[in-house]
Order: sequence, then structure tokens, then C-alpha cells
Amino acid sequence: MTYRWDFTPLLDNWQALAMGAVGTVRLFAVCLVLGLGFGLIVALARRSRWRLARWVSIGFIEFFRNTPVLVQILWFYFALPMLVPVEITPFTAAIFGISLNSAAYSAEIYRAGIQSIEPGQWEAARAIGMSGLQTLRRIVLPQALRRVLPALTNRGIEIFKMTTLASVVAYIELLHQGKLIASLNFNPLEVYTVIGALFFLFLYPLVRATYALERRLARSD
Amino acid sequence: MDTPLLRLAGLDKRFGDRAVFSGVDLDVKRGDRIAIIGASGSGKSTLLRCINFLERPDAGRVILNGEPVGAERQRSGGTETRYDEGSLNRLRQRVGMVFQQFNLFPHMTALGNVMEGLVTVKRMARAPAGERAMAELARVGLADKAEAYPAHLSGGQKQRVAIARALAMEPEILLFDEPTSALDPALVGEVLDTIQALAAEGRTMILVTHEIGFAYHMATRVLFLAEGGIYEQGTPDEVLKAPRRPLTQAFIAGHRRFSF
Repeated sequence: MTYRWDFTPLLDNWQALAMGAVGTVRLFAVCLVLGLGFGLIVALARRSRWRLARWVSIGFIEFFRNTPVLVQILWFYFALPMLVPVEITPFTAAIFGISLNSAAYSAEIYRAGIQSIEPGQWEAARAIGMSGLQTLRRIVLPQALRRVLPALTNRGIEIFKMTTLASVVAYIELLHQGKLIASLNFNPLEVYTVIGALFFLFLYPLVRATYALERRLARSD
Repeated sequence: MDTPLLRLAGLDKRFGDRAVFSGVDLDVKRGDRIAIIGASGSGKSTLLRCINFLERPDAGRVILNGEPVGAERQRSGGTETRYDEGSLNRLRQRVGMVFQQFNLFPHMTALGNVMEGLVTVKRMARAPAGERAMAELARVGLADKAEAYPAHLSGGQKQRVAIARALAMEPEILLFDEPTSALDPALVGEVLDTIQALAAEGRTMILVTHEIGFAYHMATRVLFLAEGGIYEQGTPDEVLKAPRRPLTQAFIAGHRRFSF
């Protein structure tokens, strides 16, 4: 059996794909910043001297790590508005689901990094009169972040790919647009091949950039 | 009478239910150079670390220039001393410390290490802080290594950078916690020379060391720690040449066994 590949329906619909790509990148950018940023706060709360902060942090991590992102997105979109009178757009629901899940995972990455720093580093900083916060900001986090950069890169890649889950609430991103094109033109082979390739083309340069960053940070070795 | 620069009054430290030392009293006058010696586990380093509160003493007070650190509060069943972070940070600026393992910040150059306290703690602008830091590096003979990262320095050079880092804060007292114990024997000399030069400037310092010979030449007073406290103290000649009490005698004899 020979299949005749035909990419013309895709080319004809390039504007729809471009819209999807913009949607994907927009969702990725927001979730990357919120997920990795909030994750650091959660990690610090987990190391807090206040028991309540530690409990809240651990509860958050365990809840969002152990429930599927897909369910979370559906829950924020369909269930939350039934509990509280808010209107949730597909974009917001996807941000909530993906960011909170990523925060839970990255919190554990940050914690591992912070714990890997020798106690002598804290002591040396405290011994010249630095406060706990100054020590964290100037001494511990710069070293910890460097050590966990490969793990954070993994998280970033995961966030990019998780954006496809937003298609379930009809958020306009690449997969959503692809499905639409495929169902109108009966060409899933071409469409899903191209969608997959587009993800690779976006991600690979980003990953290369993090390698370059790792090399730059390795100056002090 | 002069108030001592540093006074330890009735200092206790326990780890769990094991008492490391109890009731330690010590007066340090300006210009004193005190060597603390003793067997492993006698609490030398712990005592030193209680002075700048890297370890929290369980009882007793640390008094710097007549001002007790921390505030006493009446509690049911006795008094309790509370320490707030701000006052400990201010104390630590006045009491410099040099560690056995150097503990340089590996992500900063030698110059960056020495500047860090000036910029972050003393809030100096970068340019004058850099000048001050360069002067301290020059004092320990490492001006040419200013841009080197710790990974590219020898152990002796790292320890000299660590000394410069402590000096940059202009401390009134310097604490040395076995500063040469982690060094290759060939590198011990350069660090001891640096400390000796600081001694010659009349700086006040407290040194925990296993280098008995160095303690003899450098110290104005020697403390021998044993049995949970200061077991014997006096001038280097008294404690190291003619110890009076049995544990001190055994300790010194052990150190002399292989001298030649």
C-alpha cells in the first residue's frame, strides 16, 4: 500500500497553525515563569522554621505531584466555577493546572539543590555577618541553581509539552489546531507528523541554550 | 580596671545529654593571643564556635566590650537568654572566623570572596570595596590571584584568601579553627607565616590548633581543654614546657614523642 503524502492542506492552513504556535508559546512562557518561580517559594517554605509553612508546602507538593495535570486542568475549567462564582477561560485553567503541577515538581528540585550545599558555606557567610536571607541569595542559591540546572531544564521541556493538554479545554495551541485541520482534511499522518516536528524544532534550540548556560556557569571550576 | 574585649561567663554546651563543656570563664584583653589545645573531642572547636554563635551555648553569656550578647528574660523556672538575628549578625561582623576547611565561596573569585562581606553586609559601593579587598589580598600576598576562582588555588592560598575575607570586615577579634589541619604539610608554613604577621600587628586572636610548636611561639596564653572545661592555663612556657597537671603532661608528652 502506498500512501501519497500531501502537505498542501497544512500549507493552506498555515495561519491556523501559526495561531496555535503563538498559543503554545504564550502558555509555555507563563507556566515556565509561574511554575519555576512559585516552586522556589514552595521549596523555601518547606525549609521554613515555621511548622505551618512547612506543612502547607508539603501538602501542596504531595497534592499536585500525585494528581494528573489533565484532571487538574479539567477540574479548574469545569469544577471550580461550580464552587465559586468565577469565570475561568481555557487559558487560565491551563495555567493553573500546569503551573501548580510544575511548582510542586520544581520545589523538590530546588530543595535537593539547597540541601546539597555544604553547611560550611552557610557558616562562612553567617560568620562575616550575613543574614539568613543574604546567605541564601548570595551564596547558597547561586550554587544550588547551578547544580540543578539540568533537572530544571527537564522541567522546562516537560512544561512545553504539557501545554498540549490545554487542548482538552479547547485552548488554541498547536495540537488543538492540528486536530482541527486533521478532522477537516482527513490527513492525520501529515498533521501529527508536522505537529511533532514543530515541537522538536521549538525545544531543541532551547535545550541547546541551557547547555550554553551550563558552560558559562562552569567558569569557576 | 580595663573591661576585657571579650569575656565568656559560665558557658555551657551540650549535644543531646552529653556535656561538651560547662562553666567556662575566659577573659580576653585587647592584643591577647590565646591558643586552645586539647585532645580531639575536648570541645576546642565547639568553644570557639560558641563565641560567634555558630553554636548556641546552652547557658552562660558572651560579653563583647562589656555588652552582653542576647537579652535575658525571666521564665518560670529560671532565666533564659534570647538571641535575635540582628544582634548576632552585628556581633559576627566584629568577630572574624577562619575555618579548617576554608569554606571559600566557590562561585566567586578570590577578590569576590573578600569583597562579599563589604558589599552585602557593610553596604559599601563596589569600587571602594574592591580597593579594600585588593589591599587585604595584598596583605596575605595574593594580589596576583585576585581573579582566580578557589578551584584554581592551592590549599594554602585558599586559607590565605579566607583570612583576607575575615580581615576585610575589620574584626576586633579573629578566631582560627584549626586553620592548618586540612593542609598539605608543605603548605602549612605559608598560612602560619600569615597568622604570625597578624600577631605581630598586635591583633587579638584565639586559635584552636594542633600545631603545638606554633602555639608556643605565637600565643600569649595557652588553654588546655579536658574534662569538660579549661583544665590548665597559663603562659606558653608554663603550660607547654612545664605542665603541672597529669592530663596536660600526658598530652604534651604525646606531642613530644616524635620531636627531634
